[in-house]
Amino acid sequence: MTETMSRLAGGPLASGTEAPDFTLHSTPDQAVSLRDFRGRPVILAFYPADWSPVCGDQMALYNEILPEFQRYRAELLGISVDGAWCHLAFAQHRRLHFPLLADFEPKGAVARRYGVYRDGDGTTERALFVIDGGGIVRWSYVSPIGVNPGADGILRALESLATERA
Amino acid sequence: MSAKRERAVLVLPVGERDHVQGPANAAVTLVEYGDFECPHCRRAYPIVKEVQERMGARLRFVFRNFPLTELHLHAQHAAEAAEAAGAQGKFWEMHDRLFERQFALEDEHLIEYARELELDAARLARELAAHTYKAKVRDDFMSGVRSGVNGTPTFFINNVRHDQAWDVEALLTALEGVSEGVR
Repeated sequence: MTETMSRLAGGPLASGTEAPDFTLHSTPDQAVSLRDFRGRPVILAFYPADWSPVCGDQMALYNEILPEFQRYRAELLGISVDGAWCHLAFAQHRRLHFPLLADFEPKGAVARRYGVYRDGDGTTERALFVIDGGGIVRWSYVSPIGVNPGADGILRALESLATERA
Repeated sequence: MSAKRERAVLVLPVGERDHVQGPANAAVTLVEYGDFECPHCRRAYPIVKEVQERMGARLRFVFRNFPLTELHLHAQHAAEAAEAAGAQGKFWEMHDRLFERQFALEDEHLIEYARELELDAARLARELAAHTYKAKVRDDFMSGVRSGVNGTPTFFINNVRHDQAWDVEALLTALEGVSEGVR
């Protein structure tokens, strides 16, 4: 119900919503499903495109912070509408150590279900979701498209999940 | 709660552990999170210098390390070298040297710069090998992550992240704006 409401409102799935499951390619011959990570927090990081022309871009930043995410046993998944081959080249070039998922066919279908597809641009928002071990969205955030949201919000969300469990 | 977030703010206040230029009671403090191997930080380096010149004692400038080590293979050691120089009282001299020689940041270069700056180069080499300042650099980095640093360089003006352009005029306008407000 919450899902329907927030989708009607056009925004990202809100906290408390069940995170829609999906299966997407992470490499040309491997696929990843959200349910694979049940029992652990998942960070979904939607971003507009591979190869944005800045260093220290969002994915490079998260790559540096991976050890912090891992302290919470959290799995980071990057998602864009780029294809698996493009992701592969990008991940190799930037030496990324986490999966990039291809929301490629049908294009942006997962982004739409999370309320973060940008019609017209044909890309996703810069949107972050922290999903708990039970598959419930516990935090979501959409950054202005030109502004890399950083990682502070993700870490705060993971921290509050960990505090709850303790 | 779905998040509408206010602007990112600096979580670690400027303090004893920082490398600072300008008076403690300056009207405005500019904090940069930077990476010595990042070309954008290299571009920011003379810009900050000019802004410092134009604002004089009204500006305090702080540099903190934010090495993107997966992307820039020399950035971690360069940051540690700056800290090692800092331990010998010449952080800023090394900071300047590293940006000016960004194309040469192998360990042998770092040690050569120490020699040129008349530091105890053997000590710096030892401290690099022992990663004496690794934790300090990591603390800088994590304070940046917690403050919403989202790439390099990221600037904070009186503790608030500066999300606008950082050419000389843009920075000056932002800094002067805050400075007026303080006065």
